[in-house]
Amino acid sequence: MKFGVVTFPGSNCDYDAFQAVTDTVGEEATYLWHKDHDLQGSDVIILPGGFSYGDYLRAGAIARFSPIMQEVAAHAKAGGPVLAICNGFQIACEAGLLPGALMRNSHLQFVSAEVRIRVENVDTMFTNLYERGEILRMPVAHGDGRYVAPAGVLEELEAEGRVIFRYADADGTISADANPNGSERNIAGIISAAGNVLGMMPHPERACSPLLGSSDGVRLLESILARVAA
Amino acid sequence: MSGVKPRPGDPMITPALVAEHGLTKQEYERLVGMLGRTPTFTELGIISALWSEHCSYKHSRPILKTLPTTAPYVLQGPGENAGVISIGDGLAVAFKIESHNHPSAVEPYQGAATGVGGILRDVFTMGARPIAMLNSLRFGSLDDSRVRYLFSGVVRGIGDYGNCVGIPTVAGEIVFDPAYENNPLVNAMCVGLLHEKDLIRAKAEGVGNPIMAVGARTGRDGIHGASFASEDLSDSSDAKRPRIQVGDPFTEKLLLEASLELIRSGHIVAIQDMGAAGLTSSSAEMAERGDVGVTIDVTRVPTRESGMSPYEILLSESQERMLVVAKKGREDAVRDILAKWDLTAAVIGEVIAEPVYRVTEGDRVVAEFPGSRLVTDCPSYSPDARESIAIADLRAADPFAIPERPEEKDPAWTLERLLSAPTIASKAWAYRQYDSTVRTNTVIGPGGDAAVLRVRGTNKAIAVKTDCNGRYVYLDPRVGGRIAVAEAARNVACTGARPMAITNCLNFGNPTRPEVFYQFKEAVAGMGEACRALGTPVTGGNVSLYNESPSGAVYPTPVIGMVGLIDDLAHITRATFQRDADAILLLGELGGELGGSEYLATIHGKVLGAPPRCDAARERLLIDALIEAIRAGVVSSAHDCSDGGLAVALAECCIANPENESGAETDLSGYSALPDRAILFGESQGRVVVSSPAPERVLAIAVKGGVPCARIGRVLRESETLTIKLPKRTMRSTLSRLRRAYHETIPDIMARTPEHATFDELAPVAAH
Repeated sequence: MKFGVVTFPGSNCDYDAFQAVTDTVGEEATYLWHKDHDLQGSDVIILPGGFSYGDYLRAGAIARFSPIMQEVAAHAKAGGPVLAICNGFQIACEAGLLPGALMRNSHLQFVSAEVRIRVENVDTMFTNLYERGEILRMPVAHGDGRYVAPAGVLEELEAEGRVIFRYADADGTISADANPNGSERNIAGIISAAGNVLGMMPHPERACSPLLGSSDGVRLLESILARVAA
Repeated sequence: MSGVKPRPGDPMITPALVAEHGLTKQEYERLVGMLGRTPTFTELGIISALWSEHCSYKHSRPILKTLPTTAPYVLQGPGENAGVISIGDGLAVAFKIESHNHPSAVEPYQGAATGVGGILRDVFTMGARPIAMLNSLRFGSLDDSRVRYLFSGVVRGIGDYGNCVGIPTVAGEIVFDPAYENNPLVNAMCVGLLHEKDLIRAKAEGVGNPIMAVGARTGRDGIHGASFASEDLSDSSDAKRPRIQVGDPFTEKLLLEASLELIRSGHIVAIQDMGAAGLTSSSAEMAERGDVGVTIDVTRVPTRESGMSPYEILLSESQERMLVVAKKGREDAVRDILAKWDLTAAVIGEVIAEPVYRVTEGDRVVAEFPGSRLVTDCPSYSPDARESIAIADLRAADPFAIPERPEEKDPAWTLERLLSAPTIASKAWAYRQYDSTVRTNTVIGPGGDAAVLRVRGTNKAIAVKTDCNGRYVYLDPRVGGRIAVAEAARNVACTGARPMAITNCLNFGNPTRPEVFYQFKEAVAGMGEACRALGTPVTGGNVSLYNESPSGAVYPTPVIGMVGLIDDLAHITRATFQRDADAILLLGELGGELGGSEYLATIHGKVLGAPPRCDAARERLLIDALIEAIRAGVVSSAHDCSDGGLAVALAECCIANPENESGAETDLSGYSALPDRAILFGESQGRVVVSSPAPERVLAIAVKGGVPCARIGRVLRESETLTIKLPKRTMRSTLSRLRRAYHETIPDIMARTPEHATFDELAPVAAH
């Protein structure tokens, strides 16, 4: 299976995503240049973290106009998997691939920490190898990670099981203490209505090695393989 | 015969103008002698920058020459943008530390941010991809609202810049002491990884090769930043805010990628950051290293605004710019690479055979200096050095003559109070604002003894740390200089690394004052002794003098940035206790020296006594034994004893990692010759707290290595208490109290409104 990792100017987790795919799960990966219009036959698109266009104007607001995003949108529309991490999540929201927006963290500081997230729905192409309610450990590193959406959208996300990850305590409690950025309903990740675009603030690609503290992100990539290959 | 003529509209050269440029009368005469005529305004500006302390090292050079700089694995020593050492497998590590003190004192956010940007460029211009950032910060007391403003601004500036470029900030140190009240120290270190074959030097070569300006355009910001950095801070410093550069980390990220691509393309022969003194210093230094002449036409430099004079273009310190010597005929290829990253590259000059440094404005020659004398002919001073009698008296004072406070009857009170001293307390408030995990190499991030980064494609890792205790250097610069190196070495060794080499950032006061120059000379001598004994040569660094404000000089603070190598990932060792029932051992001699300690400063408000002795040869034995024990697989954790002594080290082993706490039971009652406070809080050097499932093996390795070692207790994973049995009493402290003191102090202080609050009001445990 081939993963295409998009490099926008200012992307800085493209390398980590590439390594996670090739090193950890042993699949093929290629970098997709933002100025191109070619997904090079990628089966899965990763919109990586970073500061595309310096986060100027608004995180993700300029990157959504990058040439490659036309093809990414078409890929998503056709049901192709898109994994949007951190800045990628922000870009996906700006591009309308996912509802809602990522706002400045409620405490107004950048937050870099290992967080715990609870898996809310395992019936997706990104989470089918996790247990429902399982607690994962992953790093977050962002200044604009507070997920917000209109009340109606939040209700819809909840009703349709599209909240995939929530910030939680070690014992699985959804608490304000466990929420690193003030996201509504502790939302850490959501999925599109069609179930093929996952946006999340935590970094699964940084949780791919016991040496670095957690390998909880590996099964996310393996879930995609399991589903797409099936 | 020179064709240089004053440019219409330039000011007349008057003694007042010369003084304004920071040149002494003798220096001006030297300049006139070198030119054989009156300099132009442009030339005066150039010399003002190049002969500033910041660029010329005129007070420090002769002393720096005494430091050891070589080892078989040193690929590049001092004199380049960064030092480089080989780590085997065809790989090398480039690293360098640099100060941005003065800008940060006036504009903390941009001052710190551009400090990070500058040191990043120094490393990637060697052909290395930056893999880690460290920073060493000193502020006044956090009780002061302006200090809190400086602290939060500096932390935000470091974070915003490094996070955006995508380089993890993994380690460093933050110290709070009134000595740094109006003159904070902001030192940033960058570590990069490269293939040895990609190493490139900033040496202009090849007559006829084009010189290109690459990256951001040149604006009017930061003009005379280097000169500003070379004078004491004063009440008028705020007015020099325009001399401070403004950083754009997004452009830096593009420039980083473009530069690495350029270096690998083979289209260029040299590349250098336009840092302090901008175009002037980068072009002059490249010419000097290559022993060639250069000519630059300022009208070809891409500028942000029209109407900039040659003087402004040459001295601008606009950020995110590089000077490149390309191979002739490859100009378009260079432009293509830059264009890919939406950056510009313009040919602005040429390498010439004629030994001259020439600047033109179109056809008009506006500056011309003979040969490479621009850099090499700068003045050099050896001012008087004499120890301050007041400091010698302080050193002679006996710390044990200070009576204990009544509260000290319960040593747990003292311990908790020390853990909540901002210098010792957890700095998570700061480093949670730094992305420490991007690039997925960080095995041990901020909060450990040293940070550890794996080296992909190998089974190796590197350990990095900055260290310096300015209080020790103040009380005894020779010993303090030695300790700075030894402690940094010990810290990397605690993670399982062999200390390899250092970079240093020497922050001192005004060198024309004999007592300051004495500190400088002595501290460098002490560093040199330790570097030789430990086998860690100096590969470069930075000198920052004139760290003085109207309230006086900062503590002399020679910060050491140490790089160590771990040759097997299995040897990576953490600071905190890991396993239940492990034995706790003290490697090294208990000592019990209180002079210059955090205990005296925090509990008694005193800075006095002789700092702890430091025998560099014994430090070497300790490090050897520690590494041998780690490699033998018998060490579960290792933590250096430093600020706050053994008691603080033990407490940190218990609670520093909130995700992995342990209790412990220790027995120090055998040290009955020493007062309890000396046992607990003395800061004798050469000590490491080790936990081990096989204490006999650790003891045997220590005995064989000639290092004192004592079994002092055991780890109790389920216990909620740290117990220390002393000759006359037993100290018990619950982990919850230690945790609160250590982890909550700085967040609590920073959550306060900016109103003035005293430390006593703020310290969470002080109310008891």
